[in-house]
Amino acid sequence: MNIGVLALQGAVREHIQMIERCKARGISIKRPHELSLIDALIIPGGESTTIDKLMEKYNFVETIRKLNADGLPVYGTCAGLILLAKKITEGTQPLLKLMDIEVKRNAFGRQRESFEADLDISELGSRSYKGVFIRAPWIESVGQGVTVMAKFDGKIIMARQDKLLVSAFHPELTGDCRIHEYFIERFVKQGC
Amino acid sequence: MVKQGTYRVKTGLAEMLKGGVIMDVTNAEQAKIAEDAGAVAVMALERVPADIRAAGGVARMADPTIIEEIMNVVTIPVMAKVRIGHFVEAQILESLGVDFIDESEVLTPADEEHHINKWDFKIPFVCGARNLGEALRRIGEGAAMIRTKGEAGTGNVVEAVRHMRLIMNEARRLKNLREDELMTAAKELQAPYELVCQVAKSGKLTVVNFAAGGIATPADAALMMQLGADGVFVGSGIFKSENPAVMARAIVEATTHYNDPEVLANVSRKLGKAMAGLEISQIGEEDLLQFRGW
Repeated sequence: MNIGVLALQGAVREHIQMIERCKARGISIKRPHELSLIDALIIPGGESTTIDKLMEKYNFVETIRKLNADGLPVYGTCAGLILLAKKITEGTQPLLKLMDIEVKRNAFGRQRESFEADLDISELGSRSYKGVFIRAPWIESVGQGVTVMAKFDGKIIMARQDKLLVSAFHPELTGDCRIHEYFIERFVKQGC
Repeated sequence: MVKQGTYRVKTGLAEMLKGGVIMDVTNAEQAKIAEDAGAVAVMALERVPADIRAAGGVARMADPTIIEEIMNVVTIPVMAKVRIGHFVEAQILESLGVDFIDESEVLTPADEEHHINKWDFKIPFVCGARNLGEALRRIGEGAAMIRTKGEAGTGNVVEAVRHMRLIMNEARRLKNLREDELMTAAKELQAPYELVCQVAKSGKLTVVNFAAGGIATPADAALMMQLGADGVFVGSGIFKSENPAVMARAIVEATTHYNDPEVLANVSRKLGKAMAGLEISQIGEEDLLQFRGW
């Protein structure tokens, strides 16, 4: 099984390492034609404005939209969550507009306020998950088809909708593979 | 339990900047140009290194007003520089809420023996290094990110190439040593033994390593990436070029597609004049910034 990681900018290597620990193949994706090689896509953390501009310039937007509509699972972490959202509360609006959520950039604050916290994510079981939040966004509101998977401090920080999964935190920085395994198991193998 | 300012959160931000370009800016308007061009962060300062070099005198932390104006107009992280060893400038920047502090040889050092104890701070630090020993001493003091020193403000990439090759080469060499040879290696590198052992295991630095100092064109940026940099800082190279917005965008694209000569050729077209640049041998030894830091 091939899991692509959009490699325009950001924490690409960490995701690929996690994918390989889940016994799948991680492929870094720099050009749209490479998307045809993969069974699922991860949009990593990084700077959402940078990745958005490069996606537009190198013609990723329509290809990813179409592949997702045809069933390609996509998981976005942090910047990836912002890039998948249909609406951002303020600032530049990303172009993919796939997931029915409204997101606030840097909602938890600047780097000084970045933090780690233990999260309860019921779909992963009873053991808590270490959430690493870096200048993290949160989800202000969700549309009807969206399932909220986790909250922190009353704010939505993980959700799914059809073939889309998003988290405001960075599982790729923890060494805990459960979210990558969940994505591969539920979204790729079982097809949701 | 919620924990802020952990080393994982600090190095984590550096990880998020990988594959990106961090640009020096001196006002809100330049910061906006940098963000629009796709910069992953901006470095807020009063003068770019080329102007600091030309002006002479003591170079210090920027006026907080300038830094705050820049923080107010962009959503990307904002970095700012402090003098080597000047922990009070760092305390001031932390209180402003900048996202990253650069303890930088581009400013005039405030301490000729000691760097800042970076573990004391909640925000991460990036420090310059010319070789592996220097990089590991800075990491030992708590730096969450390393950059080559290069020779700032020259538009000449030769020193950054020298420093990047040396750091990568020394890291690879450690990987080939036997375990019982690592203490002597640590002694020779003048670096903490535990960090030397970690580098020996992985063959690379324990934190993100960017290229900086003299990068002036898309080809320069791609060269540094191919030599193993995780990303690039561009100081004077953008706002000292003829067409900053175009140059900035081209360097961003070259940093992403550093391995694709076709893209590099495309983005290198019609950029206008790059910054003029300085031959290193024409700079007096006492004016070289890279020898600041201990």
